[in-house]
Amino acid sequence: MPQEYRLILKHADEPGYTPDIDCYMRNGGYETLKKALSFQTKDLPDGKKQTPQEQIRQEVTTSGLRGRGGAGFSCGLKWSLVDRKSGKPIYMICNADESEPGTFKDRQIIHKDPHQLIEGMIVACFGNDVHLAYIYIRGEMPEGARILNRALAEARAKNFLGKNILGKGYDLEIHIHRGAGAYICGEETGLIESLEGKRAYPRIKPPYFPAILGLYMCPTIVNNVETLAAVKHIVQMGGAEYAKLGTPNNTGTRIVSVSGHVKKPGYFEVEVGKATLGELIFDEKFGGGLRDGRKLKAIIPGGSSAKVFKAGEKFKVKRKGPDGQLTPVEVDLLDLPYDFDSLQQAGSMSGSGAIIVMDDSTDIVAALANLSEFYAHESCGQCTPCREGSLWMSKALHRLTNGHGRKQDADYLIRIAQGIQGRTICAFGEACSWPVLSFINKFKDEFEARGARDEAKHSSSAGAGPSGEMRIAASPQH
Amino acid sequence: MSNGVLTEQKPAPPPIEKIKVKIDGKEIEVPKMMPDWQGKLQATTMLQACELAGVEVPHYCYHPKLPVAGNCRMCLVEFGTPMMGPDRKPVLNPDGTPKIARSVLPYEPTSARGAIACASPISPGMEIYPSSPATKQMREGVLEYLLINHPLDCPICDQAGECKLQEYSVDYGKASSRFAEEKVHKPKQVNLGPRVMLDDERCILCSRCIRFTKDIAKDDALGFVERGSHSTLTKFPGKNFDNNYTLNTVDICPVGALTSKDFRFQMRVWFLKESKSICTSCGTGCNIVMGSRENKVYRYEPRENDAVNSCWMCDHGRLNYKWINRDDRLTKVGGSKLNVQYQDGAWSTALRAVSDALKNAATGSVAIIASARQTNEELYLLKKLGKKYDALTDSVGRMDKGDHLLLNADRNPNTTG
Ligand SMILES: Cc1cc2nc3c(=O)[nH]c(=O)nc-3n(C[C@H](O)[C@H](O)[C@H](O)COP(=O)(O)O)c2cc1C
Ligand code: SF4
Ligand code: SF4
Ligand code: FES
Repeated sequence: MPQEYRLILKHADEPGYTPDIDCYMRNGGYETLKKALSFQTKDLPDGKKQTPQEQIRQEVTTSGLRGRGGAGFSCGLKWSLVDRKSGKPIYMICNADESEPGTFKDRQIIHKDPHQLIEGMIVACFGNDVHLAYIYIRGEMPEGARILNRALAEARAKNFLGKNILGKGYDLEIHIHRGAGAYICGEETGLIESLEGKRAYPRIKPPYFPAILGLYMCPTIVNNVETLAAVKHIVQMGGAEYAKLGTPNNTGTRIVSVSGHVKKPGYFEVEVGKATLGELIFDEKFGGGLRDGRKLKAIIPGGSSAKVFKAGEKFKVKRKGPDGQLTPVEVDLLDLPYDFDSLQQAGSMSGSGAIIVMDDSTDIVAALANLSEFYAHESCGQCTPCREGSLWMSKALHRLTNGHGRKQDADYLIRIAQGIQGRTICAFGEACSWPVLSFINKFKDEFEARGARDEAKHSSSAGAGPSGEMRIAASPQH
Repeated sequence: MSNGVLTEQKPAPPPIEKIKVKIDGKEIEVPKMMPDWQGKLQATTMLQACELAGVEVPHYCYHPKLPVAGNCRMCLVEFGTPMMGPDRKPVLNPDGTPKIARSVLPYEPTSARGAIACASPISPGMEIYPSSPATKQMREGVLEYLLINHPLDCPICDQAGECKLQEYSVDYGKASSRFAEEKVHKPKQVNLGPRVMLDDERCILCSRCIRFTKDIAKDDALGFVERGSHSTLTKFPGKNFDNNYTLNTVDICPVGALTSKDFRFQMRVWFLKESKSICTSCGTGCNIVMGSRENKVYRYEPRENDAVNSCWMCDHGRLNYKWINRDDRLTKVGGSKLNVQYQDGAWSTALRAVSDALKNAATGSVAIIASARQTNEELYLLKKLGKKYDALTDSVGRMDKGDHLLLNADRNPNTTG
């Protein structure tokens, strides 16, 4: 039976553990930084030399760490793409915007163990020759910003930050920047624009890849809070050791947020891929199962943008056999290992590590209307398909929940969503269309039944009304 | 104006490498690098390559003289690149041609993934499909989204006849929309400044006007507020849209959202006769197109000339056309000393009278008042004439303040001419 494996949250919930620097240092804090700063240039077997910075980057590559912000992109690879020859400064940004509905993991680190994030950041900055870094924190987390600011001041006072850190000749400053309340500020190029003081309009890629033309048009690394916290442990224990946690290609630990219709909503740190979706929802050590007398209806496995799963679904997932060959095996939804690759093969994603559970009391049409309203509200409005399509979908769905549905609305909505995905500047296009595509594809009967019921209702009362034509309800203006 | 004498002899720039791409199946060789909006060489874009091949790629937000925004998505095109084997060598078809991998959505490999032609660089061997069914479908989609919240008020819109929304809807759109919801409503008749009106419901949020105002006119006056479908163009609080270049935004607005207070409701554009000309309101000499009907001028618009005014002109010059139709303007020739009555058609008599008078004039007895608004050729001849008589020659100077972009301090076009 899988257990929680607390690496990043090791101390966070211990009684008496406080977010101040003394408590952190009593528990071995900033030892990894001292270790990293005393790395020496190494001679490689092939006669080349490896600088301390290169060694840190090598450890992260070896660790197999994949980004915890949403896309699961290899952290080592991301760092290797940074333009180090431009002559311009390299910036590091910690993405602490945590706004994906269902996600509440980064704030655990920020609120309960902020120095761990800061230490991870300093190590990551040192490893990437960064001398100025930012933590972009979600506007709705003022307490987190306060805690981080205090922690940064403490770190500065101890010369873990500032000039000539610990006498090793390395300078680094970290600043906090608070967002103003927009989901799109979590998208890395939107975040960069916002940090520059502009509207958070995501940038077009090409040409504005952060690794080349990021903050102030300089090479920039954007990493999630949890990713940077993991870097601390990777440098502490060594990349190879870290890679032993979790499963191949899905290494390390991950903080999973479980919410919705479970008895014990909460966050659980597990080795990636060692627990199944079913265990995370039903096991006593995790979600604790559904409310009494309820049956599972649907699961959103990776934050609200991930495609929904329907209870009872089965998937073909590639498994490595004893002979090392990948062979497809059929896996029940609840037996899917909670890792990056399995969920992707099942047609969804583990995204931000947020599992949203819906039981049979859920009105699936209303649930999607609610999600859709969120996306219509949060679309930055820059590119045509997402700007117009997100509100269009929300209006149509609210028409359905307001009793003015049509049978054709299911197909109508799918066509709107298909016109958005893949045609936009940023992945918000997918984020707003995937819920619609997956909810309707998997629960089409419920959407069509709703439309048919409304049509029947209106045609039977048509004689009384001014005309038999369907009236369209005014949708809420967001 | 360019001054050939002063141009230094620069070594010829190294020739630009050419690469081969295929556009709708036709192979074409294009330069690897081409000038961007500032004239700097950058990797050639798909849109530039298509233009060289004579294939139109519809676009709204892209403007060759503005920074690329990539927001309208109208220029999405399907494309493919040569497939690479594990040995990093191109995979070949049985007939020896390189195999092309069409770009598809990573999560839905049966659907094409388009690229925005305005911002995507070409690469050797790339194939671009501006006429493929997938490209067509993407365009139709974008147009449908652009129109769902549009007021469709063409009959009362000044842009009608030169509106990209109309043109592309005819060329690339579908006849009907599936939209069955209530439209978003936004401010109408917004007074942006002394010369420009805005209808936010017509605005397609392409940001051309914002980019022009910020990056060319260097005036941070316009921006979007609100988010998503409620995004609204406006001027910044406490700012008035009142620089000397505001009317250029009316030209580049692809729809009828921005209108010139001077021109709106005056004339349907399809009645206007277009004549190429030069603006005479200052020494810069912006190239223009005059729009007139029945001998009355209705508007000036800039005409592209990269050596002079790029695609722009200043508001001062643009609106300085009304004198042409003024009643009190001297349009007849004559003179009491010459015994010629001021009347139409007196030119031949008057000219003869002047030339007779000059024939008998002694050196030093003639003075000439020229106008620096005459053409260089006229002024050259006048000068020759003046030399012959050792004449006192002068013109009325009109000096004022110039600005950072086009307006010259000298409000006469040919003072030094
Ligand atoms: C619409 C949208 C919202 C996002 N929001 C967040 C967020 O709140 N926090 C986050 O860490 N990443 C977010 N991301 C992902 C970031 O763009 C980026 O990939 C991530 O910060 C990279 O960090 P990682 O490689 O460490 O995961 C978002 C992406 C999109 C498209
Ligand atoms: S996809 Fe949506 S959120 Fe992303 S840039 Fe376009 S309009 Fe903005
Ligand atoms: S007013 Fe015109 S130019 Fe400006 S953003 Fe709207 S459509 Fe584009
Ligand atoms: S022209 Fe608007 S995205 Fe290319």
